[in-house]
Amino acid sequence: MIEVKDLHKSFGETKILKGISTAFKKGKTNLIIGQSGSGKTVFLKCLLGLFDYEGGSISYEGKIFKNLTRDEKTSLRSEIGMVFQGSALFDSMTIAENIMFPLRMFTKQSKSEMEDRVDLVLKRVNLDSAHHKMPSEASGGMQKRVAIARAIVNNPKYLFCDEPNSGLDPKTAIVIDNLIQEITDEYQITTVINSHDMNSVMEIGEKIVFLKDGLKAWEGTKETIFRTDNEAVTNFVYSSELFKKVRKMYLNENQ
Amino acid sequence: MKYLHNIGTYFIMIKDMFRRPTKWSVLKTLILKDIEDLIIGSLGIVSFIAFFVGGVVAIQTSLNIDNPLIPKYLVGFATRQSIILEFAPTFISIIMAGKVGSFITSSIGTMRVTEQIDALEVMGINAINYLVFPKFIALTLYPFVISIAMFLGILGGLAACVYGGYGSLEDYIEGVQTDFIVFHMIYAFIKTLVFAFILATIPSFYGYFMKGGALEVGKASTTSFVWTSVVIILINFLLTSLLLG
Repeated sequence: MIEVKDLHKSFGETKILKGISTAFKKGKTNLIIGQSGSGKTVFLKCLLGLFDYEGGSISYEGKIFKNLTRDEKTSLRSEIGMVFQGSALFDSMTIAENIMFPLRMFTKQSKSEMEDRVDLVLKRVNLDSAHHKMPSEASGGMQKRVAIARAIVNNPKYLFCDEPNSGLDPKTAIVIDNLIQEITDEYQITTVINSHDMNSVMEIGEKIVFLKDGLKAWEGTKETIFRTDNEAVTNFVYSSELFKKVRKMYLNENQ
Repeated sequence: MKYLHNIGTYFIMIKDMFRRPTKWSVLKTLILKDIEDLIIGSLGIVSFIAFFVGGVVAIQTSLNIDNPLIPKYLVGFATRQSIILEFAPTFISIIMAGKVGSFITSSIGTMRVTEQIDALEVMGINAINYLVFPKFIALTLYPFVISIAMFLGILGGLAACVYGGYGSLEDYIEGVQTDFIVFHMIYAFIKTLVFAFILATIPSFYGYFMKGGALEVGKASTTSFVWTSVVIILINFLLTSLLLG
């Protein structure tokens, strides 16, 4: 479990996070949603330890991240998988080498063991024959799947995804969402997803945290988000006519 | 204030370059790749420039000597001194700041823009050690490039002198052998090693700490070239004053 208490983060005079508290449970897909500029990415980067923060605490399984020694932080980071918005695959490596990279860095496995593991995760993300392609030769959806494969290859305890659906067509976006959900269930990972995509919210939001102006404005699930009367959430989530109709139908059916 | 901040950040980067080293099995591959990109990949252009500039130095020297009291072997002597003392170590390094420096800044800068550096940091890898240290090790072979530049520069001078009709082969060779001071070679290679360190670290600094998108990668490459050249020229002055002055 990841626990965040009263998190504050500023850049110079500008306060970005103004005291966020929440918790992300094991085996759940947790979504952080909010408008651009609401502090989602900064929040995610604080969770990952990429940004230092002024106030509050972030703890992994009860251990406060800031209090960990350098070696403990390195060890914790080897348990984290991250899917970046732009996939962040290493250009100079093939797809197989990209996925093998965390194994080469953090394990003492032999080459054949690593190759077996790469085969397994590539199969898991339905990319059986992409081993020797370069990232530039892969489509956006393929790159996202490779990024997921790289993130899970070392059996992480935590999976972070920064807008995993951005730039993908709706069908591929659903494939990616389902894949993340399946992997979370299968490996019992604590998954935290930063998303703008309302389809993801409705499909995989086992826990949803809505950020507004650096504060947690609402917290709930994909079921409760339909019933909430929090104006900030409804204005954001049901801003399109389609989602307004979906919500109306849902509420009518469940009255 | 910004300059002081940059200088401080640069030295912190140098310190981080030697901390938490990357696994040897991974580092070995990175070093070999950087040797190919930075050293082997530069041999062609360095050889071409050294040969022809050597030729031009010989022709210019020859054309500017019209006093019969000045011995003919001076062409070979002047060409050797110019090539060994300044052209090969310093001016080839400025050319390398353009070629190798821009490559380093743009490749690391692109990694920054595309979040590949963030990916390394999230994994718990010391990204500075992973990216900069192999380049520093690869560039310790830079004196090898400069040796080739020295040889080809003098050879280019010989070719221009003899085949251009500016002097005889015997005079040129005599000039090349006249008053040879071994310390001049040591001085040239000390400079070369210092320049190698500058070539590896300043462009890496501008790539690693750049902010923004593709346009900023281009700007960072240009800034990196300017500052690498400025530092090379200043260090050249300082080392020459210390070692030869």
